[in-house]
Amino acid sequence: MTTPQTAHGGAYLQVRDLRVQFSTEDGVVRAVDGVSFSVDRGQTLGIVGESGSGKSVSSLAVLGLHDPKKSRISGEILVNGRNVVGLDDNELRKLRGRDVAMIFQDPLSSLHPYYTIGKQIVAAYRIHHPNASKSLARKHAIDMLGRVGIPQPAKRIDGYPHEFSGGMRQRAMIAMALVNDPDLLIADEPTTALDVTVQAQILDLIEDLQRDFNAAVILITHDLGVVSQIADDVLVMYAGRVAEYGSAEQVLRQAQHPYTWGLLASVPSLHGDADEDLKPIKGNPPSLINVPPGCAFHPRCRYAMLNGGPCDIEVPQLLPLLATHEPGHTVACHLPERQRKSIYEQDIAAVGVAI
Amino acid sequence: MTNLVVPQQAAAATRTRPPGEPLLKVEGLVKHFPVRSGLFGAKQHVRAVDGIDFTVDPGETLGVVGESGCGKTTTGRMLVRLLEPTSGKITFEGRDITHMNRSSLRPLRQDMQIIFQDPYSSLNPRHTVGRIVAMPLSVNGIEPAGGVKKRVQELLEIVGLNPEHYNRYPHEFSGGQRQRIGVARALALKPKMIVADEPVSALDVSIQAQVINLLRDLQREFNLAFVFIAHDLAVVRHFCERIAVMYLGKIVEVGSRQQIYEQPSHPYTKALLSAVPDVTKLGASLGRIRLEGDVPTPINPPSGCRFRTRCWKAQDLCAQVEPPLDPKPNGSIAACHFPEVGPLR
Ligand SMILES: Nc1ncnc2c1ncn2[C@@H]1O[C@H](COP(=O)(O)OP(=O)(O)OP(=O)(O)O)[C@@H](O)[C@H]1O
Ligand SMILES: Nc1ncnc2c1ncn2[C@@H]1O[C@H](COP(=O)(O)OP(=O)(O)O)[C@@H](O)[C@H]1O
Ligand code: SF4
Ligand code: SF4
Ligand SMILES: [Mg+2]
Ligand SMILES: [Mg+2]
Repeated sequence: MTTPQTAHGGAYLQVRDLRVQFSTEDGVVRAVDGVSFSVDRGQTLGIVGESGSGKSVSSLAVLGLHDPKKSRISGEILVNGRNVVGLDDNELRKLRGRDVAMIFQDPLSSLHPYYTIGKQIVAAYRIHHPNASKSLARKHAIDMLGRVGIPQPAKRIDGYPHEFSGGMRQRAMIAMALVNDPDLLIADEPTTALDVTVQAQILDLIEDLQRDFNAAVILITHDLGVVSQIADDVLVMYAGRVAEYGSAEQVLRQAQHPYTWGLLASVPSLHGDADEDLKPIKGNPPSLINVPPGCAFHPRCRYAMLNGGPCDIEVPQLLPLLATHEPGHTVACHLPERQRKSIYEQDIAAVGVAI
Repeated sequence: MTNLVVPQQAAAATRTRPPGEPLLKVEGLVKHFPVRSGLFGAKQHVRAVDGIDFTVDPGETLGVVGESGCGKTTTGRMLVRLLEPTSGKITFEGRDITHMNRSSLRPLRQDMQIIFQDPYSSLNPRHTVGRIVAMPLSVNGIEPAGGVKKRVQELLEIVGLNPEHYNRYPHEFSGGQRQRIGVARALALKPKMIVADEPVSALDVSIQAQVINLLRDLQREFNLAFVFIAHDLAVVRHFCERIAVMYLGKIVEVGSRQQIYEQPSHPYTKALLSAVPDVTKLGASLGRIRLEGDVPTPINPPSGCRFRTRCWKAQDLCAQVEPPLDPKPNGSIAACHFPEVGPLR
């Protein structure tokens, strides 16, 4: 198992202190507020958090997809050592598809309804292989469709997106994303719109392809179960910041942040006592125009130290755990480490999926 | 639990319901939607619900699970008579309500309410919360003791909303709060049964848990019967005592929580459970069942057992003879020629 700390050195993607802000009529949206993480080839990072926590904005920044007129981006995004923040359009186009590719929740957002699946994959291939002949590109596209598990690819290649089922479309989009053999694949809620049986197929497929292509993968999801199935490392985001970061085992089995606890205790499980009540997090996620002072989670945190305590005054730093020998496990919380450990063992370990 | 029942509800339940009869009984229920393929194409039918039977007892929670398009929503909408069944029979408290007209339906509408998936589109954006929650009262011409406003504020309180927000509009509330408004509206007429169609699917996990806990508390407090429709098997396990599994318009298995989740009889149930990614499975990758392909079209379902095109146990018999829904060695009722035997895993 790799750990984020030790992998930082030469990781394929390194994001450092990323900040993304949007100016709107209502004020400045601090969508991403000082986020750092890294992913190496052959590794999968799961980014979890509730809606509006900044997951998609972070990953769109990696692809340089934010409009520079409407957004302000700072920090570093090193793709294979090269900082892509501030690159011009031309450079970014070269990066997208060839080095970094993305798949979305809704395949129809990246597949054009009027062109056949094959035409679109061929076009995607020829952006980065302008000298490849049409027939070679087509052969390549058929191969890719076969690789992602589309039966009779030589026939289906001439089909239109609406002729494909949801799962097949998702496969076709994955084929298109992988046709230029990218080193980093970002998948934003790739299975959220799918049924569980098809979701299981697509997750297996992403795992298989990652192994074959030795790509780095970022999987964004709100589903802790999905993350537990395929992620090596897990990053938990709250209100544009990192709450907790570590290996899947560390974050999901020895969680140290009250927000992670809240998520784990909220999710019903297929195992354990179904009559036991869930322990929801109270309240709602904050607006990112008006992030609470100090720890952004403090209005919802059961353990917040207020009234002169640090939680509503000081933003907690993301720090490594010291007492336990858990390299790579970092947490942003003012609670003393020992106290967190005992709370986890007493209150959390028996509820929801945190068994 | 009977001592928690709202007195007049308990009285009503014993008055109208013959002893031993279920609250709701569904027999051979069918809904076919006519469709045309292309402009001059032949007329065909989507067999959305294709002959299902089940019962719900007073205060019982029945879960209905299955993949997208298997007929869950269509079933729910027929129960509350938002959709006219093609055939079959729905009996509520001993009365055949399948084809009841509007005026005879009125008392039924009070006893059976529906909560929808989408907390955004199911509330009229131009109405205040007060008006939305009061709607079932005004439509049915009911003037509660103490007045409408008092009752509505009571209801808002019950579902954990601030009664002072009576005059606010839906857009001023978050998704979870809007779902609570929908629940308050459903409770306004003190129903005996609630049909909840994916009531928490659109919500973030932390908010989802708040709403599940709220529904569980209300269920216990008012002894409400539920038909709880959801695709999330873990949510259903948490909420329901009995579960019906649907596939392509048919019920393929019905059983207790223990039977369905610990020792399912139907291969499809087993495959569904196996496909659920669950944090408790972290690190354990043994014995996963992976179904191939997608659900076939309900316009032209496979012959015999509808699951046979994806079933790893299928044999010739499965294509020839439709398996009857009957008791299986594992305890549940299932439709399979070669049922699973023994506990899961
Ligand atoms: N008005 C309609 N006209 C034609 N077909 C319909 C209509 N309503 C539903 N169907 C079809 O009937 C089948 C069952 O639909 P239903 O909405 O009940 O599925 P569901 O189980 O609720 O799925 P989901 O989880 O996606 O909501 C589907 O194949 C659907 O496309
Ligand atoms: N183009 C934009 N302009 C203004 N605000 C935005 C824009 N894109 C995203 N946001 C805001 O940034 C926050 C994070 O969004 P996002 O990353 O999409 O969340 P999620 O974690 O659901 O993917 C949200 O508050 C969202 O409303
Ligand atoms: S810093 Fe304080 S408010 Fe934030 S999670 Fe830790 S205890 Fe809770
Ligand atoms: S009847 Fe045959 S095809 Fe259907 S579930 Fe049973 S074994 Fe599988
Ligand atoms: Mg998103
Ligand atoms: Mg539905």
